[in-house]
Amino acid sequence: MGEFCMPSLGADMEAGTLVEWMVKPGDRVRRGDIIATVETQKGLFEVENYENGVVQELLVQAGTEVPVGTVLARLSSEGMAPPAAPSVPGPAVAVAVPAATEPAVKPAPEVPPLPPVSAPKRVPISPSARKLAAELGVELGAIRGGGPHGAIERADVERAAQEKKAAVQAPGPPAAEKPHPVDYQSGMRQAIAAAMSRSNREIPHYYLETTIDMSAALRFLEGENLKRSIKDRILPAVLLLKAVARALAQTPELNGFWIDNRHQVQESVNLGFAISLRQGGLIAPAIHNVDLLSLDELMAATRDLITRTRSGHLRSSEMTDATITVTNLGDLGVDTVYGVIYPPQVALVGFGRISERPWAENGMLGVRRVVTATLSADHRATDGHRGSLFLEALNRHLQNPEQL
Amino acid sequence: MNGEEQKVRTTYREAVREGIREALKKDERVFLMGEDVGHYGGCYATSKGFLQEFGPERIRDTPMSELAFTGAGIGAAMGGMRPIVEIMTVNFSLLALDQILNNAATLLHMSGGLFNVPLVIRMATGAGRQLAAQHAHSLEGWYAHIPGIRVLAPATCEDARGMLWTALEDPDPVLIFENQTLYPMEGELSVSAGAVDIEHARVQREGRDVSIITYSASLYKALAAAETLAAEGVSAEVIDLRTLRPLDDATILASVARTHRALIVDEGWRSGSLAAEISARIMEQAFYELDAPVERVCSAEVPMPYARHMEQAALPQAETIVAAVKRMVHANG
Repeated sequence: MGEFCMPSLGADMEAGTLVEWMVKPGDRVRRGDIIATVETQKGLFEVENYENGVVQELLVQAGTEVPVGTVLARLSSEGMAPPAAPSVPGPAVAVAVPAATEPAVKPAPEVPPLPPVSAPKRVPISPSARKLAAELGVELGAIRGGGPHGAIERADVERAAQEKKAAVQAPGPPAAEKPHPVDYQSGMRQAIAAAMSRSNREIPHYYLETTIDMSAALRFLEGENLKRSIKDRILPAVLLLKAVARALAQTPELNGFWIDNRHQVQESVNLGFAISLRQGGLIAPAIHNVDLLSLDELMAATRDLITRTRSGHLRSSEMTDATITVTNLGDLGVDTVYGVIYPPQVALVGFGRISERPWAENGMLGVRRVVTATLSADHRATDGHRGSLFLEALNRHLQNPEQL
Repeated sequence: MNGEEQKVRTTYREAVREGIREALKKDERVFLMGEDVGHYGGCYATSKGFLQEFGPERIRDTPMSELAFTGAGIGAAMGGMRPIVEIMTVNFSLLALDQILNNAATLLHMSGGLFNVPLVIRMATGAGRQLAAQHAHSLEGWYAHIPGIRVLAPATCEDARGMLWTALEDPDPVLIFENQTLYPMEGELSVSAGAVDIEHARVQREGRDVSIITYSASLYKALAAAETLAAEGVSAEVIDLRTLRPLDDATILASVARTHRALIVDEGWRSGSLAAEISARIMEQAFYELDAPVERVCSAEVPMPYARHMEQAALPQAETIVAAVKRMVHANG
């Protein structure tokens, strides 16, 4: 038996609205299938499944907003015997709820990015209690069952509802006030505000900056693009992304997370690519395994990602898997970007515009096309020395573009 | 009905007797037929004095042949009479089962709707009087299995008095089961008591925590249990089914929707019992109202013992009902 929970599509997500089920009970689902769409303050996302199995029961109706970690559906795993009599669920059942305020655990892509519900277990609940809980809006995960084998009964639901009511009435932190995302813009702003405030509050940033000569890289690109039709041409931004991925191989410490006071270096290089939205706001979905993609593949992936981001068809894994973020404000004429890290990541790479500047080299003065690259990094995870090595590697790769 | 109803103390036996007497008086087509109903006045004295009052034409002693006299009753009913056939106990009714099941219950259908069988069969049922394994059955659940007949189980003096006339007015066969332990039971009856409805179950005691669904003599065990439970803070609703076929689902389901728990108390054996049928209907129609699994208190699945303490142990009792309810409402109790 498996549970499909409301995923955390980012550190700033506390709740999501289940918009549509793509499956129904009895459907066989495979790892990677889209099984629902979820709307968050950042938009509409297609949520993937991480287990092969059969959908047994949909627990949340379309249109319902539930906290991150809420069980949305139950799946029976193929080839797995049903669990024995469920043990009495202790406080562990409550794990679903704090997930909303804690940094979301960001596992490597090979691991389902689901909230940390350890052993999937079915909580016995009487039919009437289940109905009552839905009526009163009480999360099943938050109820402690008082019946036989820990079964949840009506009395348990009523008690939980009263506790919830008491908690709401008690003066709580303003963060608990969750505006309903009717105003899409303001919802997005709220989400960005929460994530960025947290970043500034918790992450001791340090900033490094270097100017990189782009002559070789752009020459290479121009040569390559001559071989391609217009629609297949590679943009300079793609070259920069690839160079970042390659440089991270030398300084893997910058590629990962800081969670629970621990630095968690990630193996896969999933670049969060900051994309501004037409209606305002920003999303940084991940391009997976950039270090393994050819330039053409990366170009295609980037184009696809931008299209889907702007049309609202991002996948849940793309929202959770980024291991570092790259932001490129060059189009807008900005020279230098000092970025704010997206928690729980530990670094952000910024690029300004590529522009011609006077350039002195080997005692000679010339005009070169250059770009300013910056690194914002979490000082808890790395030091300036590491950061410098990264920028140096980035420069080196851009001087040898044919090897990218 | 107006103002103060004048009540008289009576017994269940007397109420049955008055019901029969009223029917005999009201309708000349009504006659009583069965073993020892005439000279002896009925095995349970429910027709005492009738032979003198109504004469041998209408109070007819029969041979010890249930098959024959039940069949004669069916024929008389088809011929326009309104017979009351008394079978001494449900145990002996098995000898008449062919007439009841294959004729009384089917003739309307087999005749293409031409012949109704307006027959009433009364019989005693139940255990508790040390009559041992061959005279202590509760087989009304079996009869409630049969389409084409109506099955009644009067538990109160009012129903003992009033169900018969309504049953006689039914154009189809009606079986009335009188629990033999109830005959000496005393109760109050309005002087104007008469025909009662035979369609609906009745909530005999209202409660919040559990619905105890029962019928016939077990009603009093359930009410006693409810009293005990009330003293312990558990509020039990008690439903008297009254009519076992067709079951009044609406009353049962409405009660379960209030209490969210159901316990069925049935003197029949558990397997394939009426309790099982009621349980299934609750699951089918009120699953989402349930806060606990439906439970049953039935008779032990043994031939009924003769020894008093063993017979009592085999039957549902107020104590076993209390124990079952406490198990179900543990969280509150």
